[in-house]
Amino acid sequence: MDLISFPEMSRGSLRAMRQTIDGAFRDFTRAWGETLEAIFSPLQSLLTFLENLLIHSPWILVLAAISLGIWLLSRSWRIVVGAVVALVAIGYFGMWEDTMRTIAMVAVCTLIAVVVGIPIGILMAQSKRTNAVVTPVLDMMQTMPSFVYLIPVVMIFGLGKVPGVIAVVIYAIPPVIRLTNLGIRQVAPDVLEAADAFGSSDWQKLRDVQLPLALPTIMAGVNQTIMMSLAMVVVASMIGVRGLGQPVLQAINQQYFTMGVMNGLAIVAIAIIMDRTTQAYGHRLQKHSEVRK
Amino acid sequence: MNANDSHDIEIRHLYKIFGSESRNYIKSVKDGMTKAELNDLHNHVLALHDINLTIPRGRITVIMGLSGSGKSTLVRHLNGLIRPTAGEVLFDGKDVATMSPAQLREFRRMKIAMVFQKFALLPHRTVLQNAAYGPSLRGVSASEAERLARHWIDRVGLAGYEDYYPRQLSGGMQQRVGLARALANDAEILLMDEAFSALDPLIRVDMQSILLELQQELQKTIVFITHDLDEALRLGDQIAILRDGAMQQVGSREDIVLRPANSYVADFVREVNRGRILEVRSVATPVAANDDLPDFEVKARSKLDVVARRMTSEGVARALVRDRQGTVVGTIDLPAILDAMVNPADAASDAEDAA
Repeated sequence: MDLISFPEMSRGSLRAMRQTIDGAFRDFTRAWGETLEAIFSPLQSLLTFLENLLIHSPWILVLAAISLGIWLLSRSWRIVVGAVVALVAIGYFGMWEDTMRTIAMVAVCTLIAVVVGIPIGILMAQSKRTNAVVTPVLDMMQTMPSFVYLIPVVMIFGLGKVPGVIAVVIYAIPPVIRLTNLGIRQVAPDVLEAADAFGSSDWQKLRDVQLPLALPTIMAGVNQTIMMSLAMVVVASMIGVRGLGQPVLQAINQQYFTMGVMNGLAIVAIAIIMDRTTQAYGHRLQKHSEVRK
Repeated sequence: MNANDSHDIEIRHLYKIFGSESRNYIKSVKDGMTKAELNDLHNHVLALHDINLTIPRGRITVIMGLSGSGKSTLVRHLNGLIRPTAGEVLFDGKDVATMSPAQLREFRRMKIAMVFQKFALLPHRTVLQNAAYGPSLRGVSASEAERLARHWIDRVGLAGYEDYYPRQLSGGMQQRVGLARALANDAEILLMDEAFSALDPLIRVDMQSILLELQQELQKTIVFITHDLDEALRLGDQIAILRDGAMQQVGSREDIVLRPANSYVADFVREVNRGRILEVRSVATPVAANDDLPDFEVKARSKLDVVARRMTSEGVARALVRDRQGTVVGTIDLPAILDAMVNPADAASDAEDAA
């Protein structure tokens, strides 16, 4: 008996299997593709609207609005000044439009990740069974090479923004789900008992106790989600998402070193701004834990 | 008012077994299976064993026991945080043990408040918001909730601290917030689970005084859990002693100190400073018809040590005991006071040593 080569399925049946599955998926795409596109079209409109708003408004207004937003979240002049300097440099080096597209993309992806992810995290924290089902799915989403799920997404939606958003959200949503779950589970049991003893309903307990106490942890998840969406911009540019990823991709193909580095640094700059801003916001949420008045 | 809707809390034949199949073993336990057997054979824990207790309205009932005696488990049956394996907890004609979740929520919002050993305040809310927690859950308007909260914060002596967060306060102050939060609920029943056990001794005595002072006026039905005998004797109108999930004795502080029901309770009260606990009326001898009465008078509810001090400093050996209405309860003399202040068990062992 041959112990060296592994006993494989015959090539014929393997091919037949692949063809059957591919065929079935293609049929599914033909039958449902347009419906799915219609369902996701509001996403397309939202993203386009935000992009246009950022690109076609006077740059000085955009810069002012972004600075104001950062100030409101972080209450830190250092972060605001750093952000303004970085954005002015980005604009001066001719990357303003691509940067705005990337910011719009990350904003929409983060919004979706939060809107979808936090409720899933809450459900996981409430029920052991949901936790047992969702955890392996999250593991898969985080380890599956992103190119693999780009294939079916592109088959259904074609190239463009919507498949880009879907791919980014799949890649970036796990942290916000996991940390929402963790944050709620970490709430001290004696505080929960007090909430019960005073007659809280489940909803009141969630609203008054669990979510507020989990919020700093949830914010850490949102921060991770933003970072991961930014990391995914370059990959998403392969399926037609415009923004800072595209020039990077172009630079790889044509070996433009400076172009690659500049756009790469722009991504890093945005990442640092968003990271510091959300972290500062997370710290502010924990103000009550400071000992001094 | 008929007997069925009494505002006393009646605990009847209450059993609690912890474990996944507790209901299967309740019959064996009622038929005499012991705690150790249940644990060894079936790996279930018998936490409460046939508890019967009447908690009178408007008084402080202290449930005392060492850790693991089941006292915290017992108090959680009163507001349904723990459901019994068998038995009833009756209040106002209803059985807390069989309430639906919605009924329980209503009961907890309107009738029963709780103070916790580890305070269990909401760390992200200010003192004011913490105190307003109960009313806000009841759906009271925000302004009314705030008014209630301010009132009770003031009553527990925390005025000026409304905008502090719990973590900025000392343990004693945090527990005042816990007390204000419970009182703001305006509930008839107040459960206090080792409420002062985490505090320093001096602060603890302070908090006991605040509680006694508030109770003078509020007359709530208070169930106070403690492992500290001094605390139990100071606060309890009625004291229930629990050991290994079984009730050892229920009675007044005089009952517990002078007439311990068994050797466990006797050991427990052995180190007690009896002079500070016992009132003269409990050791006064009734007056015979032709007795000549002493001129020196003491109040019936004065403690023995206070009376002894007064009598020695005045140089009298015998005193007349009168209650608040002025009725003569009896007479007392110094040897009787001294005798009552000494624990009989200690006296006996000393006599043996001397012989």
